[in-house]
Amino acid sequence: MSKLSVIDNKRCVGCQSCMFACSRRDGNAGLSNSCIGVKSASGIEGDLTVVVCRACADPPCAKVCPTNALIPKKGGGVRLQKTKCIGCKLCQQTCVIDAVFWNKEENKPVICIQCGYCVGYCPHQVIKLLK
Amino acid sequence: MNAFNDTLSRVLYIDVKNKKFWVTERKDLFDKYIGGAGVAIKLLQEECPSGADPLSPENPIIFAVGPLVGAFPLASKTVAMFKSPHTGDLGESHAGGRSAVAIRLAGYGAIVIKNASDMPIYVAIHGNKVFFRDATTLWGMGSSLTAARVMREREIGTGYRSIMRIGKAGENMVSYASVTVETYRHFGRLGLGAVFGSKKLKGIIISGKQTLQVTNKKTYKDLYDRIYKEAVNSQVMKKYHDIGTPINILNLNNLEALPTRNLKQATFEYAEKISGENIAQNYLGKRVACAHCPTACIHLANLREQYSDSPYFYKTTFVGYDFELLYALGSMLGIEKPEDIFMLIEEVEKFCMDAMSSGVVLAWATEMFEKKLITENETDGLNPEWNNTKTYIAMLSKIVNPPNAFYKAMAKGVSHAAEIYGGKEFALAFNKNEMPGYHTGPAAHLGFLIGARHSHLCNAGYSLDQSLLLTQDVAPETIIDKLIDEEAFRQILSSIVVCFFARGIYNLDLISQLLATMNINYNTDDLKRIGKEIHAEKYRFKCREGFSFDKLEIPGRLFETPEPTQKINKEFMRAALNYAKEKIKCQ
Ligand code: SF4
Ligand code: SF4
Repeated sequence: MSKLSVIDNKRCVGCQSCMFACSRRDGNAGLSNSCIGVKSASGIEGDLTVVVCRACADPPCAKVCPTNALIPKKGGGVRLQKTKCIGCKLCQQTCVIDAVFWNKEENKPVICIQCGYCVGYCPHQVIKLLK
Repeated sequence: MNAFNDTLSRVLYIDVKNKKFWVTERKDLFDKYIGGAGVAIKLLQEECPSGADPLSPENPIIFAVGPLVGAFPLASKTVAMFKSPHTGDLGESHAGGRSAVAIRLAGYGAIVIKNASDMPIYVAIHGNKVFFRDATTLWGMGSSLTAARVMREREIGTGYRSIMRIGKAGENMVSYASVTVETYRHFGRLGLGAVFGSKKLKGIIISGKQTLQVTNKKTYKDLYDRIYKEAVNSQVMKKYHDIGTPINILNLNNLEALPTRNLKQATFEYAEKISGENIAQNYLGKRVACAHCPTACIHLANLREQYSDSPYFYKTTFVGYDFELLYALGSMLGIEKPEDIFMLIEEVEKFCMDAMSSGVVLAWATEMFEKKLITENETDGLNPEWNNTKTYIAMLSKIVNPPNAFYKAMAKGVSHAAEIYGGKEFALAFNKNEMPGYHTGPAAHLGFLIGARHSHLCNAGYSLDQSLLLTQDVAPETIIDKLIDEEAFRQILSSIVVCFFARGIYNLDLISQLLATMNINYNTDDLKRIGKEIHAEKYRFKCREGFSFDKLEIPGRLFETPEPTQKINKEFMRAALNYAKEKIKCQ
């Protein structure tokens, strides 16, 4: 399976094109559906951090989900079964790299499905889908 | 149609005196004037009483974004409007960073700040909630970077937020104090920082990440891809990314149009050294982008400074630079070394004051001292001279904390200072706003004079000089017509709101299609009409506040220092201004 990876965060210019791309997968504009995060931990003068889901082989987020809404996938990562999710945020609190994002409008997590759509919009080769 | 849900027409009103906020639906304004500059000027007309003192609680601060923000690449700017404490005229300033996307995705099309607080505060806007935080401890801090860090660390929303703040220049109401956004972008010109200061408003943090609905998902994605591809493949955008605007240092120097040493010259012997090319090769540390802009035109240089008290003790700072800074704090002051320019930039960044105005004010003072029109009495013991960075740094500090009447006057701009101390012929300002770095010919200067915000950014002046006037004789009337047409078009760009650097990509036809995906239906003729209307509304405000073409003064220096077209003369300029007066008509 392919995995979204950060190749070199020092090339990142913070344009957030990847975030907008990820959110646009469902066809709408804005950012609520993005599951990739670009942030400047110590201001724009510092390095930018690009947060992507690492598709863990034994995903901690799935383990804490009380309703088993997060189903571990073969090869790593999880799939969200929205109808089961009760919006408790335990998965978000458990992910130590903050790769579980939150869609406030739906009150549900958004977690990367390793589709690679964002990669096509990074103008500076920061992220890549690796086999 | 009715089910279409967009939050653009929600206007957030914040009363900083009574610590209250409310939201009003203003579809009336957004339907008619799109957003951004169009809506901001209407809100300013409503909120700012005629004749208001710009530093009184009566003067509102308006921020507005447009329908394309948050939806399409390069739609990354926020428009600020206020009555300018620097000119007493319309104050309009644009900034990017993450401000526009954050405002739009927090669920607003505009924000109106009213009244004045009785204690220092900063305002935190997170989605539907507004918090008033006590900023007493941040007031008076030496560097505005610290205030930003405190806000960053105490507030939520990292990755989806924008932080605006002022420095000491704003607190002390220097009339050209700026508001810094995300450290490297600014509401730079015309003194928004002083208006913040007068309201005891240290900063604003705003976060949001909502969804924006589109009318047709497939069309939306297709149009998005088209713009994105153009943005990353276009040669123009590549130019902004590679060397950035500083490419103009050598271009203008070769044309003999680069204002140098208070425009005593239009070429600079050290242009090569302070050129974008040289700086990119030897100092460029990294580039950053505004939110939703793949171009990344913000260039940051690495400044390594040694502490004087210890041989192996250094500090390293990233300093943002672009053409206007290299001109105003470089050639205009005869600064020969990039490191010295960076140190001056660092200083104006620390205080948050407009770099262009600061440079021009210092250049005027240097010439005044050179001509012995002022002495050490006025300069408080300093000897301003070209290329003397240390003295300039000391002077900036005195402008912000004036020890005497001379620095107090400098803190109100070059026109004001020259009014008192003389040297008006070489006080380089247009309608009191200090000149930008283009001595390319009459069109550039006419653009600064008649442009609704007297900035180079709203008109095509310097490109008209090069594309037309350099090679042909053109009537002054033609120049004015072209300037006004272009400015009307740019009102559309600043209402939807996209970055002016993308003006080659965003033509009216495309804009009309993009607006349709956001459920706004205007054809290109409608857009042209609205552009003209917005331009007229700005002039309505200006005239109401006392603007008059007859009062416009042209600094004598412009006629003395040759420019490439050799067409600047008093008759040409007067004829042009008379025609502009007829055409625009103040009523
Ligand atoms: S790989 Fe797909 S789901 Fe994951 S961050 Fe990129 S666009 Fe979003
Ligand atoms: S698209 Fe690339 S450069 Fe832009 S923010 Fe994302 S990772 Fe950084």
